[in-house]
Amino acid sequence: MTLNLPPIDYGAIAPLLVLLGVACVGVLVEAFLPKRMRYGAQFTLAAAGLVAALTLIIIRSQQDGYAVLTAGNALAIDGPTLFLQGAIIVLGLVALLLISERSLEHGGPFVAQAAITAGSEVDQRQSAQAPGATEVYPLAVFAVGGMGLFVAANDLLTMFVALEVFSLPLYLLCALARRRRLLSQEAAVKYFLLGSYASAFFLFGMALVYGYVGSAGTDGSVGLTFAEIHEAASAQGPGAGLLFGGLALIAVGLLFKAAAAPFHVWTPDVYQGAPTAITAFMAACTKVAAFGALLRVLYAGFESIAWDYRPILGVIAVLTMLVGSIMAVTQTDIKRLLAYSSIANAGYLLVGVLAFTRDGLSSTMFYLVAYGFSVLAAFGIVTLVRDADGEATHLSRWAGLGKRSPVYAGLFTFLLLAFAGIPLTSGFTAKFAVFGAAVGGDQAWLVVAGVITSMVLAFPYLRVVVLMWLSEPGEQTPTVSIPGALTAGALAFGLLGTLLLGVVPGPVLELTDTAAQFLR
Amino acid sequence: MKSADFPFLSLLTLLPLVGALVVALVPRAKGELAKVLALVWSLGVFVLTVIAWFAFDAGGDRFQFRESYAWIPQWGVSFTFAADGIALVMLALIGLLVPLVILASWHDAEKSKRSVPAYFALLLALESSMIGVFAAADIFLFYVFFEVMLIPMYFLIGSYGDASGQGRKRQYAAVKFFLYSLVGGLFMLAAVVGLWVVGGKTFDWQTLSQIDISDGTERWLFLGFFIAFAVKAPFFPFHTWLPDAGGAAPAGAAALLVGVMDKVGTFGILRYCLPLFPDATRWFAPYAIALALIGVIYAALVAIGQNDLKRLVSYTSIAHFGFIGIGIFAFTTQAGTGAVLYMVNHGLATGLLFLVVGMFVARRGSALVSDFGGAGKLLPVAAAMLFFAGLASLALPGTAPFVSEFLVLVGVYTVNKAVAVIATIGIILAAAYVLWMVQRTVQGTPNPALDDVPAMRRDLNLREKVVVAPLVAALVFFGFYPKPITDVINPAVQATMADVGKTDPAPTAVHAEVSQ
Repeated sequence: MTLNLPPIDYGAIAPLLVLLGVACVGVLVEAFLPKRMRYGAQFTLAAAGLVAALTLIIIRSQQDGYAVLTAGNALAIDGPTLFLQGAIIVLGLVALLLISERSLEHGGPFVAQAAITAGSEVDQRQSAQAPGATEVYPLAVFAVGGMGLFVAANDLLTMFVALEVFSLPLYLLCALARRRRLLSQEAAVKYFLLGSYASAFFLFGMALVYGYVGSAGTDGSVGLTFAEIHEAASAQGPGAGLLFGGLALIAVGLLFKAAAAPFHVWTPDVYQGAPTAITAFMAACTKVAAFGALLRVLYAGFESIAWDYRPILGVIAVLTMLVGSIMAVTQTDIKRLLAYSSIANAGYLLVGVLAFTRDGLSSTMFYLVAYGFSVLAAFGIVTLVRDADGEATHLSRWAGLGKRSPVYAGLFTFLLLAFAGIPLTSGFTAKFAVFGAAVGGDQAWLVVAGVITSMVLAFPYLRVVVLMWLSEPGEQTPTVSIPGALTAGALAFGLLGTLLLGVVPGPVLELTDTAAQFLR
Repeated sequence: MKSADFPFLSLLTLLPLVGALVVALVPRAKGELAKVLALVWSLGVFVLTVIAWFAFDAGGDRFQFRESYAWIPQWGVSFTFAADGIALVMLALIGLLVPLVILASWHDAEKSKRSVPAYFALLLALESSMIGVFAAADIFLFYVFFEVMLIPMYFLIGSYGDASGQGRKRQYAAVKFFLYSLVGGLFMLAAVVGLWVVGGKTFDWQTLSQIDISDGTERWLFLGFFIAFAVKAPFFPFHTWLPDAGGAAPAGAAALLVGVMDKVGTFGILRYCLPLFPDATRWFAPYAIALALIGVIYAALVAIGQNDLKRLVSYTSIAHFGFIGIGIFAFTTQAGTGAVLYMVNHGLATGLLFLVVGMFVARRGSALVSDFGGAGKLLPVAAAMLFFAGLASLALPGTAPFVSEFLVLVGVYTVNKAVAVIATIGIILAAAYVLWMVQRTVQGTPNPALDDVPAMRRDLNLREKVVVAPLVAALVFFGFYPKPITDVINPAVQATMADVGKTDPAPTAVHAEVSQ
């Protein structure tokens, strides 16, 4: 028996190789370098790896005919892939700055040894003295690499592997908070368990689709690439139940990662318990990865039967927007509020996805980037509002913050206005883009739902603005720590992104528009 | 360079914004410098509006001062500015009111114990966004200004407004104002998106006013825009935010809120609803007139029962907006001209009323009518001003609002006698609420409690006289000679009515006189 190795276009997958390679090197660094040198080395390595991968992506996107299928059609390096990989890396870089911040808290936001029992004497000693674990760097880079693979995956099997590659590091990262460790561990366990279920759903769905493609297969060879799925789905072969059932289960797996209702329940707990820098990372990058994969599955694989399942996904989109916006109203913790806001935003993203047009694809990608920058900056500011017990996330503690630190309260207000979709912020242009695409795709009812939930959602944002500016500071109002250079850099990126995408979105719109073509 | 090519509108929009940034940078301790700077800056803007007024050719094109710069080419969005006569008079009103408001609120910011420069910076930022909203000729741009306008006003009310109950009243009012406006704005956003798709992905007003839209779609789009404007104006039953906002806002901000910002609603109906959705406008007109009529009567009745001066003035405004609404939806040139003229005159009269009420409230430390009583003996000049502003606001002949109210009623009478007759009841009620308010506040035996308030013995000082004088002069002048304004308005109104496809019924004497 001869084994034919598929030809591999190394130029196309170089960014992925760099990312995963750097992550492996990071593991070696962790093993061989003395403890005191690791932080600097790991940070430099991770940042350099991300920058190098980004550079490779930019170079690749400048070449003619950059879009290829490679590695035996397992990977599609096309316009959306390059754009989404670039977005994940840029947002990952900003999140890396937040992760690396050590001036706010002695030793950084991560625990030194996660295995020590929380609350024990040893734990108190390590929490006071030991610098945080540097394992977070290889984990984070693995996650970024996995996400890059996820959006490039051209068959369901590769997609599943990528899903696990980026999920496992995230489960671990969630458990590594220095403060409130039990909450953090609880979040990680919850995320892990529910995430495993979601993966299992995905896997089972894949099996059903495989069965359908096999029964409809014409030329004997059966695979799970989106081209084959598309062909089989268009052929309307026997056993459509397998196809739809499979798609439904796959969608469950992806919508779980995207935090769409009713698969959203993990989001507030995990966002609250995870170290804030990791929450920011998940809110920005996981969203991009999840929606990138969802777009590819729906647009490249199952487009020909879109008419059949579009109403169901529409209901999910409306439900997601409703749950996110209504639950956000009742929150008393800023991280949970932002979590529900992130759920609602998943709904708006779905509105764009459901357009099923080229505009739908480009506007969703635009929204992902716009939201990523804003949410990174928002969580960045959350890391700054602290008292002796660490971050003060309860909303009552934010009362009168505008008087204590007008600059940061002002910046946070700007971000809240962006989330509320006020013009001259990226939140508005992004909403406009997805709504415009949806109307163009004959989904005006989704736009109406989006508008109505936006009204509801404006209320919690406004409540925070009122708390910060119009309430008098109480005894308990914490001060805002002066950010170190790294957090300041992250904030600057996030805020500039929010402002520029709101005022001059032209260049990025151009980019998403030219990139919006899936290769099957 | 021809005067019409001068970029008046972009400059008018930018100039106050730059001023706001400059004033915001003044250190907190140097409040006086910030005030002077803001005043000088707003006077500069006023001078520019005056020049623009004279550069505008009343007999020329419908839209003048047209400028266009690319913004988001992918969406067909551009910075396009253009002004017709209706926009021009509103710009002039803004230019006149803002310096007076700045002068009138000279000491308002100190009371709040918050940053003084920020207050004046917010006023200038508000001016910039208000000018932008009237000057925009690109619907996306209009929407941007429409929403951004909320932010400075939100902070003016929320941070510098009524401090009673530890500021809870102003917080409530600010949030209510913001949410109401935002909800209206989001309906409009849905309609804007729809119009953009239907119209072939352009936001240019001229292009969009030419397209054909199917009946059903047109009605939905009309509703989206109309709800936003009806909240803004405000029309019954979307009005409940205004008494709270007007009652809690500092007097100067309230004058701008009611005097100018709310006109964006009626302006928007004239500029966007009528020309873009003519069929839907005709279809909805009876309902809109019904809402406006309810507003005229209902708000007047509620105003009679108010004990809070600022809330009372807010309710009178709602009644007046009812008149403007009737004038717009009557689809005759007299009524339309009357409505636009009413927008200007109401800005002058209610602006004056709010500012004078603010002077009373600043002295007494309370806005309740029952806390005054016989104040006229202590403050004769201020009392006279309150009386005059009240009379102007009830449209006494000889003051400018009379002309506009008369035009609206005559214009409506030619097409629908019943509406005109019912609206006339509103005039009688207006007399009741104004005169009763004046009587309870400044006439009769002095309230003994007033003797304990030393500030009540200081009549208007020079600064306050300078504030009221131009408004009084303008109200009297345009009461006798409205021609400078009507000349500018009339062609624009005629063009708008032509867009709706309505021609006037048999010409009347009044029509001939106005259109000369």
